[in-house]
Amino acid sequence: MIGQLSKAAGRFPRLVVGGRDLTLEVAFTALILLLVAVAATTSDTFLTQTNITNVLKQMVTTGLLAFGMLVVILTGGIDLSVGSVVALSGILTAGLVSGLPIPVAMGVGIIAGLAAGLVNGTLVARFALAPFVVTLASLTTVRGLAFVYSEVPIAPEDPAFFTLGSALLGPIPVSTLIMLVVFVAGGVFLSRTPAGRSIIAIGGNAETVRLAGINVRRHVILAYAISGACAGLAGVILASRVGIAQPSVGVAFELDAIAACVIGGASLAGGRGSVRATFGGVLVLVLINNLLNLYGVQSFWQQVLKGLIIIAVILVQRTPRST
Amino acid sequence: MILELRDVRKDYGGVEVLHGVDLQGRQGEVLAVVGANGAGKSTLIKILAGAQPMSSGEMWMDGERVELRSPHDAHDKGVRTVYQELTLVPELSVTENLLMGDFPRKRGLIDWSAAHARARELLESIGFGAIDPRTKAGRLTVARQQMVEIAKALVTEPRVLVLDEPSAVLAGSDLESLFALIRRLRERGVLVIYVSHRLAEILELADSIVVIKDGKVIETTEPARTSEDDLIRRMAGRKLEQIYPDRRQERGDALLTVTGLTRRGEFEDVSFTLHAGEIVGLFGLVGSGRSEMARCVFGAEPATSGTGAYRSPAEAIAAGLALVTEDRKRSGLVLGMSVRDNIALTTLRGPLIDMGRQRRDVAGMVDRLSIQPPQCASMPVVRLSGGNQQKAVLAKWLLAEPRVLLLDEPTRGVDMATRVEIYRMIDGLARSGIGVLLISSDLTEVMGATDRVLVMAEGRITGELRSDRTTEDEILAYSMGQHA
Ligand SMILES: Nc1ncnc2c1ncn2[C@@H]1O[C@H](COP(=O)(O)OP(=O)(O)OP(=O)(O)O)[C@@H](O)[C@H]1O
Ligand SMILES: [Mg+2]
Repeated sequence: MIGQLSKAAGRFPRLVVGGRDLTLEVAFTALILLLVAVAATTSDTFLTQTNITNVLKQMVTTGLLAFGMLVVILTGGIDLSVGSVVALSGILTAGLVSGLPIPVAMGVGIIAGLAAGLVNGTLVARFALAPFVVTLASLTTVRGLAFVYSEVPIAPEDPAFFTLGSALLGPIPVSTLIMLVVFVAGGVFLSRTPAGRSIIAIGGNAETVRLAGINVRRHVILAYAISGACAGLAGVILASRVGIAQPSVGVAFELDAIAACVIGGASLAGGRGSVRATFGGVLVLVLINNLLNLYGVQSFWQQVLKGLIIIAVILVQRTPRST
Repeated sequence: MILELRDVRKDYGGVEVLHGVDLQGRQGEVLAVVGANGAGKSTLIKILAGAQPMSSGEMWMDGERVELRSPHDAHDKGVRTVYQELTLVPELSVTENLLMGDFPRKRGLIDWSAAHARARELLESIGFGAIDPRTKAGRLTVARQQMVEIAKALVTEPRVLVLDEPSAVLAGSDLESLFALIRRLRERGVLVIYVSHRLAEILELADSIVVIKDGKVIETTEPARTSEDDLIRRMAGRKLEQIYPDRRQERGDALLTVTGLTRRGEFEDVSFTLHAGEIVGLFGLVGSGRSEMARCVFGAEPATSGTGAYRSPAEAIAAGLALVTEDRKRSGLVLGMSVRDNIALTTLRGPLIDMGRQRRDVAGMVDRLSIQPPQCASMPVVRLSGGNQQKAVLAKWLLAEPRVLLLDEPTRGVDMATRVEIYRMIDGLARSGIGVLLISSDLTEVMGATDRVLVMAEGRITGELRSDRTTEDEILAYSMGQHA
């Protein structure tokens, strides 16, 4: 978002159109088109309506988690708890629909995620604990809470519960549209609001931001709260799509979210990262997953390949040392 | 001739900033490099240090062509560099920073007492014995950190010592120690390449002077054949009429009243009043507590007792205060962000930021402070030259339209022509009713640009003097705690 484009200057030829460096956008589009082309030519099923809808639905979880993760990463933090939050919010919602109206139950799921984020953020900001440690602890705590609430999967009967995750608006799943709205709103938030600008600046140099009269703690808490709420929403949508909520769902989801940010050029040190490129990272990951599935690659090999592909993408777009 | 540069060119991503520089340095010579902000001095130095590759040109040492691929190569050739920006690792002790891994060992383990002893010995041998090698570097004042940087370059004897604005943050006896050190090194046959905007010290210290303008050497001269005015004229391309504006101003109401302010271990019982329309200088040597006091008034650090300090920077800003801190890298800028984002940081207003207005405001500031290059707004601030980075910090606070300006070394690393602009601007702000506290270790500045001067020594205010009736010696005497 700031500087990462020109920072990579010297390694690759830059593509500048009308004063704007579009190299990253073009590179992502090319990579995604390449993946789509490969998939379309080598697999009969890829371009079918079912598969496309499927891919669009699968994006939602990774996408929502990746956006929340990006906001936290921008502050120089990390949120390892998102996978567990997905499980907790899903199982809470599924459990509550028997007694509450569906939208209320879903709201509770999202609020549970928000609450987890607030706790994470408060521990990080107010008590100056390391984000890695705090969210590692809540990864296990929240997962535990999900099991405490219900050891067994919960499958609500009411068909209205499935709407959020499976309804289509024309050819596009509603859940995908929700994710897109989050990305667009998120992009505006980070580039155009004082809070968004402050969050990015904090990752660059918190002391400078503090002396500029900006409340650093409050913004760090806000970042984790956003991540928690996104994870809560992802959990609700996932449970609704699958039709059954499992306390064990979402293990290692945080890794895909982090990978999407990093593929999009975010710096884990904070202060640098882009919403659009993160979205590109999500697309790349989901397409790779889908391709490997269509090829029927065994799931362990899928993991190996995905890891290698992530390294390759990062190597290509890595920033050189600069002074 | 131990060092020679021939037709050195350098471009950053297609923009050439050095256009064929030739430079020659002999053994036992102090070679001064002067030039306006952004002229290319630091770039030249990074090339000498192997930290940046040249785009074309040659470097020769002792009659042999050398190619530096990394700072390590330069180090091997005996070239030691002290960069303009501080590079110490704040979390490590002075000893660790100095010895950088090359520790004395006992039975395979680091012998810490020997390591500290060696660091102490080194610091003492170059006249900086006041620094405790066990302290974490980040806890030292900027001036002390600068001295440690210099010591670090001297852990082993250099052949060429390159110093990029080492004196910008030093004053009084520290400056004396630095000059004495440079003279000793010269006697030992070291080539010292010295960059500074303080022309008086250059005339005193240098054997030869190279003037750089817009990436070219435009003059090579000697102290005997030139003068301050002359150099300024060459650097700026025009003559400077008057450095400090005439100050004869009625002062208005009290804007900031500080009484008995104390922060344990840093300063004690500080009282002063800053009125509308006045510029008050604050002078003090390293360790006098002047920066700490300003930070405390601004609410960046809590006070132990006393009144007048704000509880948080946000509160201070709401009351109309602004604080330009002395360490731009650590607390003045977000280096990875653009110039615009940095300057706009004090004026973020929502719910949605008015981008058009932000752009105009920032462009106005870039213009008013002549931040170079003029189209820098969307560049990462780290790519500006040191002096221009300093101007960006100033711009950020001016945009907040403060009523009380606390300036801690605001002209650090800023060239003479721009300083004159800044003095004129401060004067204008004061005339419009703003109160300014100008902390500086530059004696002429602290006397010239102000109405009165407060002097601090060892955490206390030891004197208050009228700028037009005092002398440098008098200020210095107070700053050493001697009540003249
Ligand atoms: N990493 C970089 N990328 C792009 N441009 C740069 C970079 N570093 C410096 N520049 C540009 O090169 C020019 C020369 O900068 P340099 O730092 O050498 O100036 P300087 O003479 O040391 O100035 P000062 O007195 O302010 O320290 C400036 O226009 C600056 O903006
Ligand atoms: Mg410089």
